[in-house]
Amino acid sequence: MRTASEFYAVSLKSEDVEKLCSLARLEIAPAESADLLAKLTDIVRLVDELQAQDTRGVVPMAHPLDRPQRLRADVVTESDEHALYQANAPLVERDLYLVPKVIE
Amino acid sequence: MHDYTLARLREGLLGERFSATELTRHFLDRIARFDGELNAFISVTAEQALRQAEHADRNLAAGRSSALTGLPIAHKDIFCTRGVKTTCGSRMLDNFVSPYDATVVERLERAGAIMLGKTNMDEFAMGSSNETSYYGPVRNPWDRERVPGGSSGGSAAAVTARLVSAATGTDTGGSIRQPAALSGLTGLKPTYGRVSRYGMVAFASSLDQAGTLTHSAEDAALLLQEIAGLDERDSTSLDEPVPDYDRAIRTPWEKLTIGVPESFFDDGLDADTAAAVRAGLSVFEKLGATLKPVTLSHIHLSVPVYYVVAPAEASSNLSRFDGVRFGYRAAGDDDLIELYKRTRGEGFGAEVKRRILTGTYVLSTGYYDAYYLQAQKVRKLISEDFRLAFEDVDLIAGPTTPTPAFRIGQKVDDPVQMYLNDIYTIGANLAGLPAVSIPCGFVSGLPVGLQLVGPHLREAELLKAAHYFQLETDWHLRTPGIYR
Repeated sequence: MRTASEFYAVSLKSEDVEKLCSLARLEIAPAESADLLAKLTDIVRLVDELQAQDTRGVVPMAHPLDRPQRLRADVVTESDEHALYQANAPLVERDLYLVPKVIE
Repeated sequence: MHDYTLARLREGLLGERFSATELTRHFLDRIARFDGELNAFISVTAEQALRQAEHADRNLAAGRSSALTGLPIAHKDIFCTRGVKTTCGSRMLDNFVSPYDATVVERLERAGAIMLGKTNMDEFAMGSSNETSYYGPVRNPWDRERVPGGSSGGSAAAVTARLVSAATGTDTGGSIRQPAALSGLTGLKPTYGRVSRYGMVAFASSLDQAGTLTHSAEDAALLLQEIAGLDERDSTSLDEPVPDYDRAIRTPWEKLTIGVPESFFDDGLDADTAAAVRAGLSVFEKLGATLKPVTLSHIHLSVPVYYVVAPAEASSNLSRFDGVRFGYRAAGDDDLIELYKRTRGEGFGAEVKRRILTGTYVLSTGYYDAYYLQAQKVRKLISEDFRLAFEDVDLIAGPTTPTPAFRIGQKVDDPVQMYLNDIYTIGANLAGLPAVSIPCGFVSGLPVGLQLVGPHLREAELLKAAHYFQLETDWHLRTPGIYR
């Protein structure tokens, strides 16, 4: 983990944006990339203000009302609706979603 | 009848002064006449609405009315509606027809409300101006060169121009209250978990909450009554009793202490807006409330916290859009990863991409602790500040927005300036608190909102304060000239 002081020096580079786009599976047109870099840099500067706050001993928030997750009985409640759901799929064949070939 | 509140329309229907079919036709005619210039609707469901209206008339004639029988409403296009397109303002979902209804939709239908259509919104609810919609910007009925606010901008414009009597919205950082303020409406964001999120397209799951845009607090109480309460299909829905809101807001006025965070009235707040909000606060004093300064020591960090937490959750929630199971799919079948990238690159707009990338950044290896975990810690501090303040005061009041409605195009190219619009509203989302914006005056012909924030699950007290305010004032009943 980096320390707070290192973050103030952070400036995003175009390689960083390319890496983020790759992680997020997002294609960005070359014409968009300079503007995107400038705007993401502004956003990162905005959120970097957090680094100055002392949070030693603070427990991160897990739920706004401090409630535990509500659990339900472990019983089947849903029925098979695959035909209904697949009606929205772009490409389906024999009840299967079609994707480009992944295994040669 | 288009200038009536829901409560008054209900009296008219029960008193047989007009039928649900007449009412529905009247509003559908107004949509046909005015929506071309406002762009408040993405879908208008006229046929379905008229069928529902006939059904409502049969029920009314048989004396079988329920709470909302025959009342025309619209849903933000983030709520899934079976058989009706749900786009979330995005090209990604331009062809999506939900196989099921959201709980909010189902419950309002069951209560007899008639859906006239689905309203325009910022893409995936990411915006404060309704300019990020794939379907084009919505115009503010008070001044069509200005934004109606966002992300529930279509709902706000539709209710303001009296194209429908009330509408649903969602509020992740201010998306109900900010457009309500900029449009002169009553906008209610309930406690996190008070209203089910089932069937609401997810943006930031720890912040998202459904609510209402109405003319009055009385109308908000009517709708909240139907949508609040436990839903087994949303694991974050609260298992808490739902009070009788309509009765609660009519109980006699009691001694009330209202906290005022003085830091909200600094240089960031437009002076005329501040004056209108101060005038609104003095109405509460006249009603017998005591105003007391409160300190929220970490509230200035709410925007940075939000722009870590919300994009982080969004980047995860929006990973489901892959071009395979539903929604948009780019052309070509060369390679799976390339298909994902092209689909998402073409399907999402610029602001959504920025949020996904911001979220990816703050969650990536080496940055998670410094950004995401740090943000959740500061979020805890902000939440604790509210908890401490509510030991001394019943409600907290201040401005909803820093300025009245701004011009279309004015901030669209500067995300950070746009984000700062929600500086007064984000705190309630981070802490999961209920909040309402009510009209408290005008600046140069544009409405100004006053925000009330309450402790968890105190919607009844919030709406009661708003209702008493609206008995003393008539800002909430004003209509822009051409839509009267």
